[in-house]
Amino acid sequence: MVDSAVNTIGFPVLSLIVLVPLAGALLLLWLKDDLQIKRLALLVTTLDLALTLTLLAHFNPDTHLMQFSEKYQWIPALDIHYALGVDGISVLFVFLSAFLGWICVLASWRAIEQHVKGFMCALLVMQALMLGVFCAMDLFLFSIFWEAMLIPMYLIIGVWGGDNRIYAAFKFFLYTLAGSVLFLVGVIVLYFEGGQSFDIQILMTQKYPFAVQFWVFIAFFIAFAIKVPMFPFHTWLPDAHVQAPTAGSIVLAGVLLKMGAYGFLRFSLPMLPLATHYFATPVVLVSLVAIIYGGYLALAQDDLKKLVAYSSISHMGFVTVGLFALNVAGLKGGILQMFSHGIITGALFLLVGLVYERTHTRLISDYGGLMKVMPIYTTGLAFFTLAAMALPGTGAFIGELLVLVGVFGFSKIVAALAVIGALLSAGYLLSMFKRVALGKVTNQALTNSRDLDAREVVTLLSLALFVLWVGFYPMPFLNIMHASVEHLLQQTQAQVVLISR
Amino acid sequence: MDQDAIIQSLITSLPEMTVLVAACLLLMLDLVWRRQRVAVIGYLAIVVIAIAALETLLIAGQTKPVYNGMFVLDGFAVFFKLLFCLITALCILFSIGYLQQEQIEHSEYYVLLLFALCGLMILASAVDLIIIYVGLELMALSVYLLTGFKRQSPLSNEAALKYVILSALSSSVLLYGMSLLYGLAGTTNIADIAAVIGPQAAIDPLLIFAIVFLIGGLSFKIAAVPFHMWVPDVYQGAPTSITAFMSVGPKAVGFAVLLRVFLQGLLPVSEIWLGLFTVIAVATMAAGSIAALVQHDIKRMLAYSSIAHVGFTLLGVVAGGEAGIASVMLYLLIYSFMNLGIFASIIVICLGSFGSERIEDYTGLSRSHPVLAMLMLIYLFSLAGIPPTAGFFAKFYIFVALIEQQHVALAVIAVMFSAVAAFIYIRIVMLMYMRSPTGEFAIHLKLPPQLALGITSVAVIVIGLFPSWFLTLAQIAILR
Repeated sequence: MVDSAVNTIGFPVLSLIVLVPLAGALLLLWLKDDLQIKRLALLVTTLDLALTLTLLAHFNPDTHLMQFSEKYQWIPALDIHYALGVDGISVLFVFLSAFLGWICVLASWRAIEQHVKGFMCALLVMQALMLGVFCAMDLFLFSIFWEAMLIPMYLIIGVWGGDNRIYAAFKFFLYTLAGSVLFLVGVIVLYFEGGQSFDIQILMTQKYPFAVQFWVFIAFFIAFAIKVPMFPFHTWLPDAHVQAPTAGSIVLAGVLLKMGAYGFLRFSLPMLPLATHYFATPVVLVSLVAIIYGGYLALAQDDLKKLVAYSSISHMGFVTVGLFALNVAGLKGGILQMFSHGIITGALFLLVGLVYERTHTRLISDYGGLMKVMPIYTTGLAFFTLAAMALPGTGAFIGELLVLVGVFGFSKIVAALAVIGALLSAGYLLSMFKRVALGKVTNQALTNSRDLDAREVVTLLSLALFVLWVGFYPMPFLNIMHASVEHLLQQTQAQVVLISR
Repeated sequence: MDQDAIIQSLITSLPEMTVLVAACLLLMLDLVWRRQRVAVIGYLAIVVIAIAALETLLIAGQTKPVYNGMFVLDGFAVFFKLLFCLITALCILFSIGYLQQEQIEHSEYYVLLLFALCGLMILASAVDLIIIYVGLELMALSVYLLTGFKRQSPLSNEAALKYVILSALSSSVLLYGMSLLYGLAGTTNIADIAAVIGPQAAIDPLLIFAIVFLIGGLSFKIAAVPFHMWVPDVYQGAPTSITAFMSVGPKAVGFAVLLRVFLQGLLPVSEIWLGLFTVIAVATMAAGSIAALVQHDIKRMLAYSSIAHVGFTLLGVVAGGEAGIASVMLYLLIYSFMNLGIFASIIVICLGSFGSERIEDYTGLSRSHPVLAMLMLIYLFSLAGIPPTAGFFAKFYIFVALIEQQHVALAVIAVMFSAVAAFIYIRIVMLMYMRSPTGEFAIHLKLPPQLALGITSVAVIVIGLFPSWFLTLAQIAILR
């Protein structure tokens, strides 16, 4: 075992974090009353959130090594282990998943009326699998978590979604499955090339020939690009987002999309450095297309959820552009952008969901003058709209700024073009806010809408807290990831330098 | 043969003897009881199977060939015999209520199943072309009768007739291949064939003919393209419990024979058949997955899905080597559990007054029967190969075997077809979970089929989460 068994907490905290939601889902099966089910789900996610906070508190930011590692034999014949661990990059996403899981339960409190038990079970299973993805230190275990996620997400979209939910669920399932199985083939190729091991840390230390890296990179790229989603693999996203229930959209935008980018960070960059450098320019260009094309598409939307969905494509373009700029600023910015995009987009979907619960319409043209009817709500909407535009003082600003600094080091023209994306986002977000909140109340159906209650305000405030924290004082977040990012960059550069000599 | 050899032979074939004698006794018992207690005969048959399985375990380890080198009880044979015992026992479990429902409750059903089991067990041990043929015919004749067991149903009769004619044709093709091989090698013993053919430098054109005929005959038995046309009609017409049996038992034995003949007897000339099997595997996956997309009858759909799974399993044969053989065996084991599980659920649902086999009739099942829908969901995702079910590990290990032998392109084709095939399974999940029910379900879950559902679902989950033990089992039991 690599000398990374740093665990300053006495118990196997990562296993607990993954298993608590799973156990909660099993417990839920025995309950009958809807309110009790919701309360138990909230309790379970709160407990999970508390566990991740303990994890963060004990996390040592000075090392790039895996911390809180656990490793047990699972399938000895193939050298497969049940291995968990976190470093400075994944620990942020573990926290993000647990936090958004907690938000999702609150967001579904009133939105889900039918089959509450099934929904909460699917949500908790989903959370366990997402946390598993970010903790897994064994490629086989990672693939299990990664692919198993299709089942609860398929059900969440298909059972509790909107009118066209079945089409969206199929599209999501088949797209993601096609990517996942290619990923699996790449994994097995790495297994045989890397000395017959599925251990991620061992695989990272191997040097693979360029031909192998080339093909495995393509397989991984398709899998991760579908998840992110990058242009031209993005077409499943608007359907899935629009049809999914609020909690489903939050999970999708907040965590699932991050998994694609996390895959690049964890596998493509450190394991396939030669191919990463070879493909960096095309990937950056494709990301640039996503930034601008996604922004233009968002400009043209009349459906609130679609608008947020396309803006996600544009914002995730910033993430991938930052990652493949292959320098410290770009990587840090990309990771920070992932984190703050998860929170901000989660909040935007929550806001759309809140107003949809009251008015049952998502068309922007049905709204207008919402400020007069729901002032508290509109304050929240204004705040998160500005945050999504990356206004200074919000998390997205720091992320995008760092990304642009990184990209500037990569190519000045690309950086200049990426700024267009930022301008576009101001365009569609402000125009959306204007049409929804300002002006006169044109639609009489809106006048009876009740403003936010305490539960909803608390949910939004907790999200806003992180937006401001990252915006005004990002150092804790940057410190946590610093050592890991430096190490990742070394891994990515080392082999290339060796070859170029 | 001297006396010792005869005794040794009898002991080694004790499980087959037990099943055969017990089947005859059960037939007579039925006459004594004047056709009153048919279900009891079913339970007795399960006891017989349990005894046979126990005997197999007790005498396992005698790997010396007996009956003049025609019959062997190596680890490979033990693995398959136990698998067949399990399959037959599960089939009997969910047949008990089904026969009453269909008003075809005759004890001959169980007796014929025992005869078929005997044929399967003989095939697992056969290391001689003659024994292979005898075993195949014993198994096939019993299954013909069982296919037409719904005597009043024209569909069942049609299925039986089709099966008899086409199967007879394929048997003759197989026999012709065998006779050519005998002519070339001068022996019918598989190990001796390898010894004779191996050292020859030039390849006899006749050998190519022999191999093509052998592949043709065996492809029919395992339902591989282009000899798969009979499958949908026969599966649809046969009693559902027999469809379940056919989709696992005879199929698994086809692979057992295929492995013995090709990866043992004809391994020295693998360059002749490897390409053929590659083409057949890809074509079978394609035909099965694509044709299944447009089916409306659940049994026809499962027929095509089983064809697609055959294509997958054939990839393990193409991979060859220790990992390849183990991957085929593991796949057959896991496939048996998940396929029997899904058939058991279909039987249970059709047991009610609902009684339809259209896929649309499963609409909204989760609303009224959440547990049953949940079980079907597990089987379906397992068939689609989604973790954490056993089906994922089965596919995963086939890919491992393929990529170990540098067949990466083949693995990519296979995963693409597995993504296509996933559509057919999640479509049923969609109907069960995402639509409101259109009709009433009246499901009477009796204890025996409940038991079958319990065993198969637990197996699918447990093998999915802890595949290590089963993988080791398959790796120990491979052909050597």
